[in-house]
Amino acid sequence: MFLARVYVTLKPAVNDPQGLTVIGGLHSLGYETVEDVRIGKYLEIRVAADALTQAESEVTGMCDRLLANPVIEDYRFTLEQVE
Amino acid sequence: MKFAIIQFPGSNCDHDAYHATRHVLGQQAEFVWHKETRLRGADVVVLPGGFSYGDYLRTGAIARFSPVMQRVREFAEAGGPVIGICNGFQVLLEAGFLEGALLRNRGLKFLCRHVHVRVEQTDTPFSCGASVGQVLKLPIAHGEGNYHAAPDTVAALEANRQVVFRYCCAAGTVTDAGNPNGSLNEIAGVCNRRRNVVGIMPHPERACESALGSEDGRVVLESVVTAMAATGAA
Repeated sequence: MFLARVYVTLKPAVNDPQGLTVIGGLHSLGYETVEDVRIGKYLEIRVAADALTQAESEVTGMCDRLLANPVIEDYRFTLEQVE
Repeated sequence: MKFAIIQFPGSNCDHDAYHATRHVLGQQAEFVWHKETRLRGADVVVLPGGFSYGDYLRTGAIARFSPVMQRVREFAEAGGPVIGICNGFQVLLEAGFLEGALLRNRGLKFLCRHVHVRVEQTDTPFSCGASVGQVLKLPIAHGEGNYHAAPDTVAALEANRQVVFRYCCAAGTVTDAGNPNGSLNEIAGVCNRRRNVVGIMPHPERACESALGSEDGRVVLESVVTAMAATGAA
């Protein structure tokens, strides 16, 4: 069993109005050090695969086909063997 | 002529589309549940607005896996006219019928008001009854209508004249002031290369009677009736 931790983020060139709004909120709280905020999605997926390579290939397929929209989003993930 | 109005779980403009096509235009219309695998001999397919699958993951992302979508794909590939309105537009983009994506509105707010769009192209089945430059007053009701695509995709859409509707001011000038959601190039609606599939963010089906504040949307639906009559569909 593998646990995939998938991060889906907007591509750098895509405007993120939610992130811009959060920057405004953080600045109004006094966090003037904040220069950028980007909001994305985090998914945890348990995959009953036997081998790391199999899990990796399946999660890549899931991201390409559904979890991320390649027009606007990038993704990355980590895999950890779990019980 | 028969309209098939696809109903996904969470569609909520399906009855608006039915009313406009059946009662206002006097055409045949049938609801087609998303689990069905036939289109009941329809001449036109409408993907209505709403929040299919609760907008989970991304707007329109899950609806494309509904069984009926395979039939809609075959229908479109055979040249049949398909229109996606609002969430239906989002579904067409996610399903790859049309190019681009719709992001959160630049002001973050859900926008529910009338806007103006200019008809840019009249050689699609959903705009052939209008004239180029005609301004339509149509309602919008969306949180994610901010059209985005890679610069080369947008350039190709423009070069191929696939931008069918553009946000504008009441006088018809395309400016940022008339753009409610931040869409690139003020894009409110596009078509595919073959021009038989059209996606539009505003709601023409909610603007078919003067009692609703505008009749300007009628030309969009009447266009397809005229277009199909010309091809011999009853």
